[in-house]
Amino acid sequence: MDNALASEVLSLSLEHLEMVIITIAIAAALALPAGVLLARRKGARRWAVGFANIAQTIPSLALFGFLVPLPLIGGIGKRTAIIALCLYALLPILRNTLLGILGVDPAVRESAVAMGMTERQILWEVELPLAAPAIVAGLRLATVATIGTATIAAAIGGGGLGVFIFRGISMVDTPTVLAGALPAAVMAIAADEGLEWIERKLSPA
Amino acid sequence: MSESPILEIRGLSCSLGERVVLREISLDAAPGETIVLLGRSGSGKTTLLKTVNGLIAPTAGEILFEGRPEREWDAIQLRRRMGYVIQDAGLFPHWTVGANVGLVPRLEGWAPERIAARVDELLAAVGLPPGEFRGRYPRELSGGQKQRVGIARALAADPPLLLFDEPFAALDPITRQELQQLFLELRRTVGKTALFVTHDIREAMLLASRIALLHDGALELLATPREFLNAGTGEARAFLAGLTETWRQDG
Repeated sequence: MDNALASEVLSLSLEHLEMVIITIAIAAALALPAGVLLARRKGARRWAVGFANIAQTIPSLALFGFLVPLPLIGGIGKRTAIIALCLYALLPILRNTLLGILGVDPAVRESAVAMGMTERQILWEVELPLAAPAIVAGLRLATVATIGTATIAAAIGGGGLGVFIFRGISMVDTPTVLAGALPAAVMAIAADEGLEWIERKLSPA
Repeated sequence: MSESPILEIRGLSCSLGERVVLREISLDAAPGETIVLLGRSGSGKTTLLKTVNGLIAPTAGEILFEGRPEREWDAIQLRRRMGYVIQDAGLFPHWTVGANVGLVPRLEGWAPERIAARVDELLAAVGLPPGEFRGRYPRELSGGQKQRVGIARALAADPPLLLFDEPFAALDPITRQELQQLFLELRRTVGKTALFVTHDIREAMLLASRIALLHDGALELLATPREFLNAGTGEARAFLAGLTETWRQDG
């Protein structure tokens, strides 16, 4: 591998990673509080989970395409790519936050109330710590999926490792495709292992 | 009654949806007294306990705790002055035994050294050597040990009233007996007022100062265990039949 290629792999990998981190940060900032609120509201829960479910079923290339002509949030480039990626990342985080909180043993919740803990204390000291492994599992699913899907961002000028893949496809050149696909795969495996380790650390048993 | 009651329940009724769960219950608990709420499943005994704790709002009547109507209390403060023990203990699985027992003192802002001393004192009182148990997690305890921790947690901030919701129902007979003895011992040493929910007539006879017999949401009978033996009401007889049946089998 010559130097020019190596440095391009590195810079596109970093660009890819940056896109993933921003996506997960935004999706988590929206889905975590939403999950906490929805755990308390049965009615709204159906709508929100339904919306997130539908967002997830849209084929990713199509979603990127839909967003491009939209005013304000659309256009060509990284911002549009991140918005699309966020829509996909929302569901696993939201669903796992909800399941984690709803999965807390009712006897534990009941005794927390009966001992005179406030709602805020119950959330921060009981529900969130007990839901933490499930929440991290949701972040893991979202991260791994985003690393893969982010390769499509190159189709709308978002950059990242997808640049190699699309270039390789158009040149019918497998090594160039691999120059994008392999670093993305390594990144996904590393994220999966790392977050799974955190998940295990947070599990009580 | 020489001392004013810790708890006064006045004409308390409660409906959950269409269903009437409690019908005009009136009941006093004097200091140091154990009132056992006895009844079948669905008789309203657990609902009564939860109403006292402010977990369920009554539809009519009122409850006075330490002489003050409960609706004037802040619900959080009220609950911290009542120890609560439930069937499967409800310990926090991510906290050590020590942290579980020290919960209410911590919420009440006690100094850490005072909490630590109190935790050790209580673990010893419920028969769990503190050095061995304070650092354990609930998953490392047997059912009986969990319930001992549950009792220690309820006693932690020295509340004037203890509420027990079928605490020993899920335990094996021998462990249940040991915990009943612990309860009697603690009553001698700590002398707390208690409301104790059970469907077990033998447990009621053993632990009660007075038995409050609930039937279909109404208080059918309020009597000492001795008086209860001679009671003629229908539900009391139904429970006593179960008791004499076991005696006959015992020979």
